[in-house]
Amino acid sequence: MDQEFEKMLAKGNEAIAMAAIDSGCLLYFGYPITPQNDIPEYLSKHLPALGGVFIQAESEIASINLLLGASATGARAMTSSSSPGISLMQEGISYMAGSELPGLIVNISRSGPGLGGISPSQGDYFQATRGGGHGDYRTIVLAPSSVQEMYDLTCLAFDLSDKYRNPAMILGDALIGQMKEPLVRRKRSKMDLPPKDWALTGAKGRKPNRLKSLYLQDGELSEHNWKLHQKYEQMKKEEVRFESFFTEDAKLIVAAFGSMARVSKTSVELAKEEGMKVGLLRPITLFPFPETAFYDLSQRVKLFLTVELNTGQMVEDVKLSAARDAQVYFYGRPPGSLPSPEEVLEEIKKYYRLGQG
Amino acid sequence: MELVFKRPECLIDIPFHFCPGCHHGIAHRLVAEAIDYFKIREKTIGVASVGCSVFMYDYFNVDVLEAPHGRASAVASGVKRAKKDRIVFTYQGDGDLAAIGIAEGIHTANRGENITIIFANNGIYGMTGGQMAPTTLLGQKTTTSPYGRDFTYDGYPIRMAEMLATLEGSAFVARVAVNNPANLMKAKRAIRKAFQMQIEEMGFSFVEVLLACPTNWGMTALEANRRVEEEMIPYFPLGILKERKMADYL
Repeated sequence: MDQEFEKMLAKGNEAIAMAAIDSGCLLYFGYPITPQNDIPEYLSKHLPALGGVFIQAESEIASINLLLGASATGARAMTSSSSPGISLMQEGISYMAGSELPGLIVNISRSGPGLGGISPSQGDYFQATRGGGHGDYRTIVLAPSSVQEMYDLTCLAFDLSDKYRNPAMILGDALIGQMKEPLVRRKRSKMDLPPKDWALTGAKGRKPNRLKSLYLQDGELSEHNWKLHQKYEQMKKEEVRFESFFTEDAKLIVAAFGSMARVSKTSVELAKEEGMKVGLLRPITLFPFPETAFYDLSQRVKLFLTVELNTGQMVEDVKLSAARDAQVYFYGRPPGSLPSPEEVLEEIKKYYRLGQG
Repeated sequence: MELVFKRPECLIDIPFHFCPGCHHGIAHRLVAEAIDYFKIREKTIGVASVGCSVFMYDYFNVDVLEAPHGRASAVASGVKRAKKDRIVFTYQGDGDLAAIGIAEGIHTANRGENITIIFANNGIYGMTGGQMAPTTLLGQKTTTSPYGRDFTYDGYPIRMAEMLATLEGSAFVARVAVNNPANLMKAKRAIRKAFQMQIEEMGFSFVEVLLACPTNWGMTALEANRRVEEEMIPYFPLGILKERKMADYL
């Protein structure tokens, strides 16, 4: 499957841009916003030579609609932004989900609400996993926690997006986006994907194709919503991805994603060194959420500590997923600073003692 | 016997849903005739906007994509950039293009996107029931300007064609009406010209079509037709505002 390898030291944001090119995405539309500018800067430099298109649009609203139009032709296309810009895109994302259009949206999120700041934050978890815009829909949400995953999950996001005809999102933050790590850039073969016979290419030798989200006839919209729902159910069955770290004999499970999972992993290692049985369950797909993984673990483990860079969002999904007799605790850090592994370790110890009873 | 008048191949044989006396159907037909004329039906992609024009996908026998409100020109730009050899047009109302989508419209023109915008200006929000539009004339009563549009409250009607003609990216900008046979013939030529400009890759083309909306103007079809002549055209003068002769900007 993997044919070519190239090892390098790369920034997380650049890894996304490289993955886009390697996934055959030659159309990028975006608007400048910190901390994701490395993505448009990289692509504005490299896409023209590849015969691709880079447009700096007048707004994120235009960006998402340029993406909508390009995706409608069957081409792979993407946009990237950060939290306030992603808020502006929500209308378009809703239309893409409603019209069953693929496309990649990268959110190298920053802190809010409002203009907030540019520090790492996970305050967009709800927006990302609950659809974000109007109407009853979901986006596929992948949360990388390393530069390598920025690359790998971007490639995967394009495939999943095409497979389900649904927008996909990479949810990262400045920590993962701005840091440099070793990256293996490997061209991978695409998934076996259905043909895009729905694409708008001109009605030559076939009936005209329609891509729309307006359904006014009696019962039509209800049927359409059930159809979308079926896709989300299928994603839950087939596309859940997560990482288990020392969960086998754990008495307490730390739940964390993205940048916070990196910090927590070190905390789990420190706990191990002190003889505590602590594991980490890291959701890689935030939607579909690893509900079953949490439920299964909670049959045996009764203590969970969710750690997030916000005041409590993913913890709701952990609570919904875990068995009723499991205790789910939360440690959150609103934007401004990251907790150190030692600080998270102190929290782990606090709750671990409860299990020692 | 020779057939001298028939339904354009580009229009599907179903009745329009438009109100009696509405000019949308005429404008649709002119667009369809232009597509037929250049034999580009099989390579044309239409972008529908939000408003009475959204049902374009029911009428045009071409691939059609529905854009969010105001975003049709951005969507069309995305289509065209991905498929450079296809013919891409939008059909947008005045609320869609001149209010909520004015940024997208201006920047699409400014980038010189090689697409065609048909701008249906009837000075009112038709589908939502007759509210004030950015092109509603001063003094005109609507459901949200019940005392008549007052510039101290609501500003002035926007002349989109003039505005877009100032941009270097625009290759062809015209304003037409379909309220009488003479104007109709000019409208037909302008719309055809706009598509020709796109086929010849001359850049952004834009045709503003003044339309009557008898239902929301509270008029009979005949009165509405007269109003186009007596009230709209004096404020929105007809003609070709810009025509690039060669693709020199390229």
